[in-house]
Amino acid sequence: MYAQMIKSEATQDDPEKLAAFQARIDAGEKIEPKDWMPEGYRKTLIRQIGQHAHSEIVGQLPEGNWITRAPTLERKAILLAKVQDEAGHGLYLYCAAETLGVTRDELTEMLLDGRMKYSSIFNYPTLNWADMGAVGWLVDGAAIMNQVPLQRTSFGPYSRAMIRICKEESFHQRQGYDVIRKMAEGTPEQKKMAQDALNRLWYPSLMMFGPSDKDSVHSAQSMAWKIKMNTNDELRQKFVDQTVPQAEYLGLTVPDPDLKWNEERGHYDYTDPDWSEFFDVIQGNGPCNTDRLAARNKAWDDGKWVRDGMLAHARKKAARKHAAE
Amino acid sequence: MTRDEAFTQFLLRMGDNTLILGHRVSEWCGHAPVLEEDIALANTALDLIGQTQMWLGLAAELQGEGKSADDLAFLRDAWDFRNVLLVEVPNHDFGRTLMRQFLFDAWHLIQLGRLVKSSDPRVAAIAEKASKEAAYHLERSADTVVSLGDGTEESHRRMQEALDYLWPYAGEMFQSDEVDAEMVKAGIAPDPAALREEYDALVSRVLDEATLTIPESRFAHKGGRTGAMHTEHLGHLLTQMQWLQRAYPGAKW
Repeated sequence: MYAQMIKSEATQDDPEKLAAFQARIDAGEKIEPKDWMPEGYRKTLIRQIGQHAHSEIVGQLPEGNWITRAPTLERKAILLAKVQDEAGHGLYLYCAAETLGVTRDELTEMLLDGRMKYSSIFNYPTLNWADMGAVGWLVDGAAIMNQVPLQRTSFGPYSRAMIRICKEESFHQRQGYDVIRKMAEGTPEQKKMAQDALNRLWYPSLMMFGPSDKDSVHSAQSMAWKIKMNTNDELRQKFVDQTVPQAEYLGLTVPDPDLKWNEERGHYDYTDPDWSEFFDVIQGNGPCNTDRLAARNKAWDDGKWVRDGMLAHARKKAARKHAAE
Repeated sequence: MTRDEAFTQFLLRMGDNTLILGHRVSEWCGHAPVLEEDIALANTALDLIGQTQMWLGLAAELQGEGKSADDLAFLRDAWDFRNVLLVEVPNHDFGRTLMRQFLFDAWHLIQLGRLVKSSDPRVAAIAEKASKEAAYHLERSADTVVSLGDGTEESHRRMQEALDYLWPYAGEMFQSDEVDAEMVKAGIAPDPAALREEYDALVSRVLDEATLTIPESRFAHKGGRTGAMHTEHLGHLLTQMQWLQRAYPGAKW
């Protein structure tokens, strides 16, 4: 779930066309880039896919933070492979967004100047090695909750990107769980790291699903268009139900004293995250917002001469080829 | 020096080169100039760490002290490292990073090409796998050096500065000593000095296409591959890389 608070765009298209479009979606057809689509559908998708892509890119930073300190060669290799996968996800999501008539550079500039967002989770720091486990277990776990249903989303390129991404994400989640399991079964210090990681990342993970349904006003249109497949609370509940037994198995304590199984509902009752903290993070006041955006801006600014140089060389080469012909 | 002692030193030289360079390249993760470069740099680092596992794994096996590749990577101090100084110099900018990669890849591929024919089948097997990866690394780093050398005025200037800075570190890869003499005698590895001509030809061709000028001086910094004297940078790198293993001895990760 790397897209949060995506506002559905209002659409003022021809009602007949709209009805035919909706009928295609209801029939389970995929919408392809060259098909007619309402402007609102296009704009909402650009925002959603763009935000998802940005999350993959910014998401490299909290994990990249530990690559140079990974404790074994194998862990270092696994982490490198994982972060490389995230960059790859970003790449094909940007490609999916480009089919809607926006360029990767335009999207990047909107990320860098703050017009577009990325998932709130990446504004939290990674402070000990167990965080590399918790990110895989909880953050990728939460992402998969949302991305599995999105494999059936109505927009063809997005759906196909999700199918590919989900395969890798499930792998990452298992790797993350393996890291945290090793820690939970390790020395007292390692167990302390694992518990500390869970304490810090539990509520931010719950926030990944977005605000409570009663405060989430943008769902209806996106759900009708099959851009959003489940409500925020449905997915959050599913995540809690899946994760709590795993924490128990690890011997770790979920930092929620009111967490308990509700026999009647067939679900865990849990405490909602502090939504004022969530809105602070969304508005730029999370622990790492400033540093994350600064790091992305620095990479972009420092890399300008490289991009310009490569482009200039490609042009020279093309001109030389042209002259030789 | 016995043959096995020399063999271990040789394996440490191979494994420490890929370990330290892999570490340096991995520092870029999430900070590259463009997404494709982020992916390529991570991929290169990943290959190098994988090769490290094989070289240091064999070195540990040969030492016969019950150590693992991880013990060698994470629990030795700077004086026991046997990598060339070239791979420890900091990344600086993308230009220096890619020039360092190119100067290393060119040597690496030639070296691995010889090791494929090593009298030791374990060395030959590692070289077989690693040379496929190194061929791709060289193709990419050479292309990038050419693009940026023959790109804009600024990219040309930066690449020339990178070459001027790094060139004095290239010569160490071709300095032979008694370890190498033992390896040549056993048919395990080639004499480093014998690779210089092929290296110079390859590097000159690429740098010429990149419109860059190789410095005239053949002066070479040395001390890395013998362990006599590393740069000040290595200690800082190890401080970061080895921290968890040092802080929590005996823990399993």
